[in-house]
Amino acid sequence: MSILVIAEHDNASLKPATLSTITAALAIGPGVDVLVAGASCAGVAAAAASVPGVLLADNAVYANQLPESVAALVVECGSYTHILTAATTTGKNFLPRVAALLDVAQISDIIAVKSSDTFVRPIYAGNALATVQSSDAVKVITVRTTAFAEAASAGNAAPVETLAIVKEQSLSTFAGQQLSVSERPELTAASIIVSGGRGMQSGENFKLIEKVADKLGAAIGASRAAVDAGFVPNDMQVGQTGKIVAPELYIAVGISGAIQHLAGMKDSKVIVAINKDAEAPIFQVADYGLVDDLFKVLPELAEKL
Amino acid sequence: MKILVAVKRVVDANVKVRVKADNSGVELANAKMAINPFCEIAVEEAIRIKEKGQADEVIVVSIGEKACQEQIRTALALGADRGIHVETEDGLQPLAVAKLLRAIVQREHIDLVLVGKLSIDTDNNQVGQMLAAISGMPQGTFACGVEVQDGKLKVVREIDGGEQTVLLTLPAVVSTDLRLNEPRYASLPNIMKAKKKPIDTVTPTDLGVDVQSGLRTVSVEAPPVRTAGIKVGSVDELIARLKTEAKVI
Repeated sequence: MSILVIAEHDNASLKPATLSTITAALAIGPGVDVLVAGASCAGVAAAAASVPGVLLADNAVYANQLPESVAALVVECGSYTHILTAATTTGKNFLPRVAALLDVAQISDIIAVKSSDTFVRPIYAGNALATVQSSDAVKVITVRTTAFAEAASAGNAAPVETLAIVKEQSLSTFAGQQLSVSERPELTAASIIVSGGRGMQSGENFKLIEKVADKLGAAIGASRAAVDAGFVPNDMQVGQTGKIVAPELYIAVGISGAIQHLAGMKDSKVIVAINKDAEAPIFQVADYGLVDDLFKVLPELAEKL
Repeated sequence: MKILVAVKRVVDANVKVRVKADNSGVELANAKMAINPFCEIAVEEAIRIKEKGQADEVIVVSIGEKACQEQIRTALALGADRGIHVETEDGLQPLAVAKLLRAIVQREHIDLVLVGKLSIDTDNNQVGQMLAAISGMPQGTFACGVEVQDGKLKVVREIDGGEQTVLLTLPAVVSTDLRLNEPRYASLPNIMKAKKKPIDTVTPTDLGVDVQSGLRTVSVEAPPVRTAGIKVGSVDELIARLKTEAKVI
């Protein structure tokens, strides 16, 4: 058995998502290599070097992780029985190309490893869990990182093997990006999240959530309704097709609790719901529910925390 | 430019599904079915591109049992020109779907394929990417903006940290995200017109595709249920319980 984990990173640092993926990989078997593909990313490779093997593909063609190049690289960088990456937008973008090029199935978003060929994954927005078994020669898998603890650093730095494989292509060109800049913790890594929904009524009103989040050192999330209405940017959306989170504490403010939103946060350790509608479905998953006007509750919370 | 849109018949988004007592799958017997929301967005985008004069024909395809012709008709009512039904058993794996779509792309000389980013039943998010790979095409996934620009395709994508723009050569595959557009309602005249638009039926054998997969579902279980929570009467009580009882702050 030989397992490849493709690292999630931004060329400067390794993302915690990679450490959770390594935990999933180690649950399958001990022979794990980590591939770092990017540009000027030698630092990331050094950080990843607490696993048995690290492969580094450092070239301008991988600078923005275009899937056409990354997938072509992955299928050539060695012979593996399992290929894993985190189920982030990056991983979800390139990994299916890898599976298709290898003519095998991909198993998306696993939440558990039952054996080297059997895995559990959510379907129907997490309302059912499917146990699937693969007889393919290579298992290609994306990992739901909220389901696996981050692997600790082993201490011994493994040697970094540099790969000379450069997969240029001219089908797709990177033409810019706009990333949110925030002092707050990243949504998928935060231990406390305060999320706002349609009940917030405007983007301006999210300042009330910010004050609470400041007191708690929390990340800020949102429901699809809040994003669609233009209150907040899309990268804050928590839900079936947005970000999947499982923090220690999730506070849902003015969020009704649609199936699709619950899919993204129902594995949170503690859920608090603040909503003036006592019948809102969110109260069915909340450990603590406060039926009240959020415009009264939020300032009070910010003050008393 | 010829556009191919793939649509899937799935359980309606508002249905809360239940797992079958024998754990063989999900209870679908009397469930309300609908066009996958992301597929509907793909159809809408194709129609808009055609309305701008940038495409000559929009072909809609669905893969599955006879009932999925209903969803093809829905797409025809929204403005697609003709339909193709690939008749097979339901529940094919994404790789098989990708191979069937590739066969159609080749047959019909398609320039742009629009698919939904994922279907809300299987939540795989793979078909678009797989189709692009086996067809040697570039991909623009999770699209929130699509623009034909000088024979190339500018795709704005929703990514974890914000948005990214890529420029793709044609032919290309785009998978749609939620905010790409808001689909129109089919007008009654268009629904009537759709009844006369042609739907051709083909099989995987006709297309020369083997739909076998190395992946099988062993069992389907219900997720763990959260124990019921309590209502608190005040902010003070909430803070107190979060501190001393839940110990999360």
